[in-house]
Amino acid sequence: MEALVASAIGLLTAVGIYMILRLRTFPVILGLTFLSYGVNVFLFASGRLTLNAAPIIGRGDTYADPLPQALVLTAIVISFGMTAVLMIMAIGGHLEAGHDKVNMAEDDDTQTDAQTEAQTEAQTGDKP
Amino acid sequence: MMSHWIIAPVVLPSLVAALMVITMRGDLLLQRVAGVASVLALNGIALALLWAATVHGPEAYFLGDWPAPFGIVLVLDRLSALMVALLAALALAVVLYAIGSGWDAKGAHFHPLLQFLLMGIGGAFLTGDAFNLFVFFEVLLIASYGLMVHAGGGTRTRAGIQYVAFNLVGSSLFLFALALIYGVTGTLNMADLAEKLPTLPEGDAALIRVAAVMLIMVFAIKGALVPLQFWLPGTYANAPGVVAAMFAVMTKVGAYATLRFGTLVFPPSLAATGDLLQSLILPAGLVTLVVGAVGVLGATTLPRLVAFGAIASMGTAFIAIGAFTPETTAAALYYIIHSTLATAAMFLVADLVTRRRPHARLEGTAPPIAQTGLIASLYLAAAVAMAGMPPLSGFIGKLLILDAFRDQTALVWSTILGSSFLMILGYARAGSRVFWKVSALDAQPNEPRPEPLAFTATIGLLVALAVLTILAGPITGWLTETAATLYAPDGYITATQLGQER
Repeated sequence: MEALVASAIGLLTAVGIYMILRLRTFPVILGLTFLSYGVNVFLFASGRLTLNAAPIIGRGDTYADPLPQALVLTAIVISFGMTAVLMIMAIGGHLEAGHDKVNMAEDDDTQTDAQTEAQTEAQTGDKP
Repeated sequence: MMSHWIIAPVVLPSLVAALMVITMRGDLLLQRVAGVASVLALNGIALALLWAATVHGPEAYFLGDWPAPFGIVLVLDRLSALMVALLAALALAVVLYAIGSGWDAKGAHFHPLLQFLLMGIGGAFLTGDAFNLFVFFEVLLIASYGLMVHAGGGTRTRAGIQYVAFNLVGSSLFLFALALIYGVTGTLNMADLAEKLPTLPEGDAALIRVAAVMLIMVFAIKGALVPLQFWLPGTYANAPGVVAAMFAVMTKVGAYATLRFGTLVFPPSLAATGDLLQSLILPAGLVTLVVGAVGVLGATTLPRLVAFGAIASMGTAFIAIGAFTPETTAAALYYIIHSTLATAAMFLVADLVTRRRPHARLEGTAPPIAQTGLIASLYLAAAVAMAGMPPLSGFIGKLLILDAFRDQTALVWSTILGSSFLMILGYARAGSRVFWKVSALDAQPNEPRPEPLAFTATIGLLVALAVLTILAGPITGWLTETAATLYAPDGYITATQLGQER
């Protein structure tokens, strides 16, 4: 069982790292999801792998450590929320820029907000 | 006796933020009043905590009254109280500037997000539990994601995506490190770790070393230490100026966590890690400083220039942190206070300039900006502080660091002095381009904007720097004592009452 869990963590992490190095936002988000799956299983395994044991001391020969389960629950909630936020931002970025490339253009940050606003107004055409 | 005020820097902003979202939705005036009131109250609480930590020493707050290490504890000591006070002072300037400049009106929920950010950063400074530190990191990050893309725009959103993705990788790394530490020691309470790690069997030392390096990498991402600084220039340059000023304290969360873990959990006396952290952080800090200084010289826009200035100041701070001796730590703390206020002031000045210019590039000309005399003087003062020239506190901070590194003159002195020279050149070049290379020909109507509150906030930060300079003697005295307590963490550990019934 140890070998199976360990290789699963390794595979998930490797897939995650490969995907976050892609240049489009969607594979990057998938990669982050895989990475968080990998880390969640790893966190779970940090309390040692036990089979058929209650998370209560004194009921049997072995017991399952309940704390990593609580930690994993927290980590799952947080990574789920973060992925959702990133997804929304990626969709917003895609809609505003017209493409979902991750890297920025050379002169991307040379505009001021006033210029951006003026351009948006010109594009949408809501001039008096 | 347990003081409930320790939890106040976490509870107050979260309650105010929730109230703002629920009952003041769409009412900007009410949100502004609540935001300022909350930050003022936070300042009062932070000063009281600073006084309490100085007089009474470290004190723990047991959440739900569970005994440590089973429950989560917050620990107030001199370092955490100092960082909370710094956070509160910066927040006051930022919230006033946001109101004065109208940034908070350019998108929804500026004030609630700022309060949530304060909650996350305050909690990260106060917590005495490593997993809880992760949770507060996520709280401050998710608020910062919202603030980063405040006021919208395609470029800003796409820069925000990079920022979020980078930090999500950092969060995964944090969890890997925590799982390793928990797997080896069976605890995540920082004081408990400090007790248990020295008695660890020889065979587990390698795992702890891996965990320590992964943790330091997470803090290096937060603190923009080379080679993990790539997210910072794009994020800070594209974030609204006032948000970038607030983010000046977020890099310090990385510095604080490095300092806390490097003195409490992985001190140089620990056999398993030894001088591992020193051998990683010190060279990385030197390279960070050089990268930042070169970036200041080569930046194409003013916000990007300040972002590289922030990287350089983090490099200087990490050089002093990375040595892990009481003298260098005291110098690092002084420099951290200085660089937080100076970087924030510089971002605010950069925002004052960019909002008055037709384009943000340093190349090419632009018509003279309104109120050019006042803004140019503010820029000069902030640039003097950032570059570390006398008479402002950057000079004293760098002097303290140089003095603490008397035995490593060749490497550390030459790097700090050489990079300071590059930065002086960079700031002078940018200042002369922005304020002197102006054309009256393509002059557009450029009416002055009064914005008294925005100018008050910027000047307030510079006045704080002046106070830091004038009171350098007493402050360094206090910081030296603080650094001494960090290297004798018995008070911190006994305050958490490990294993005692409550």
